[in-house]
Amino acid sequence: MSTVDDYVARIEGTCGEEKDIIVVFKYDQKDEAIKRILAKAQLRNTIAGIIMELTFQDVSFRVYTSGKAIFRSIKTKEELYKLLASLLL
Amino acid sequence: MHTLSLEATDMYETARERIAKFINAKDSAEIIFVRSTTEAINLVAYSWGLRNLKRGDELLVSLMEHHSNIVPWEIISKINGFTIKYAKVNPDGTLNYEDFENKFSSKTKIACLSHVSNVSGVINNVKRIAKVAHEHDALMLVDGAQSVPHMPIDVRDLDADFLAFSGHKMLGPTGIGVLYAKKTLLEKMDPFQGGGEMIKEVSFSGAKEQCDISLNDPPWKFEAGTPNICGAIALSEAVKYLQRIGMDQVQGHECFLTNYAIKRMQECSKVTLHGPTDTALKCGIIPFSVQGLSSHDVALFCDNYGIMIRSGFHCAQPLHQVFKLQSSARASFYIYNTREEIDRFIEVLKEIEKL
Repeated sequence: MSTVDDYVARIEGTCGEEKDIIVVFKYDQKDEAIKRILAKAQLRNTIAGIIMELTFQDVSFRVYTSGKAIFRSIKTKEELYKLLASLLL
Repeated sequence: MHTLSLEATDMYETARERIAKFINAKDSAEIIFVRSTTEAINLVAYSWGLRNLKRGDELLVSLMEHHSNIVPWEIISKINGFTIKYAKVNPDGTLNYEDFENKFSSKTKIACLSHVSNVSGVINNVKRIAKVAHEHDALMLVDGAQSVPHMPIDVRDLDADFLAFSGHKMLGPTGIGVLYAKKTLLEKMDPFQGGGEMIKEVSFSGAKEQCDISLNDPPWKFEAGTPNICGAIALSEAVKYLQRIGMDQVQGHECFLTNYAIKRMQECSKVTLHGPTDTALKCGIIPFSVQGLSSHDVALFCDNYGIMIRSGFHCAQPLHQVFKLQSSARASFYIYNTREEIDRFIEVLKEIEKL
């Protein structure tokens, strides 16, 4: 059975007042991860062909075609893991 | 006594001599190899600071410092109880010299200042501060992480007592850095770590049931254990390469790129530059924000185009508080960057402005 860690290489809490969380997908799994996210989340906007603005379970986030995603309103890693599990699995 | 080990030692010590000449140190014994600028400052904090900074003493530092020139001092001030005084930074990011100089007193034991801010690129007149420090019988520590790679440095002219810098910011590998310190200070300082190489003798006295230790001379007194031989030699090769180009040329190229980038970035209506824009006052570092976007979004967007910039606090949160910024994006240049790369960066910035 697959897990979030099958898709996620690293989760980085950023410095700065914004407290953004950046999810870096595994290089060889990034296309599959993005495909799965797009199948479940609502695509609100695509910018310059490289940024996808999405909403899922009232959480807005951005996915970059380079295989990274930036989450804003998530408070804890547990909350993020739960959301990623819903998106990816 | 193995031939290969002797060759390695010879190359390691030759590296030390080259680096000493690069910054015009009087003696190669004034060059201590460490892991990084951070470790160099920690070495001074623990080897010199723990013994010399006591309750009632004062240490001066500026609000534009990298955390590595704040945190070690804060940690040992909690142990020894001395006071840290923070000198102000002007709203444009330049050092408030008047405030810094006014904070000196007979209690001041050391002033710690970055030569170049890693956020704004502002060049500080450390020679001026060193002169005031010495008039107060205080020492001067210079964080040279952002200056040694980018401009000619003469420690004797600056009259710095300590100068710290890293290899990876000057074409060398990660994991190697340098602490320069005046030999007279090193001779009096305690070792930073204990182990092999930093001792002359460890003799066990059966009668006393203890070991008598005699310390090695500087610089080896401060290099416990097997050193990063490869790192030091590689850094020396990087220095040789930079010397061939000439540090005046390095500085000139970066000044040209910075001027050009500032001019082009000012074309972008949603981009705000932070800190001074006069390259007489700064090095090739440009902090900026894009209206309506977090610095991390800007960095991720640039990353998609293969452009590496940094985002966040850049390990200098107090300076962001001065600038009243939640975070910033930072473009920076070195000798390998070109005008064409800046043009590409501007194209990407203009795309970002459309977000």
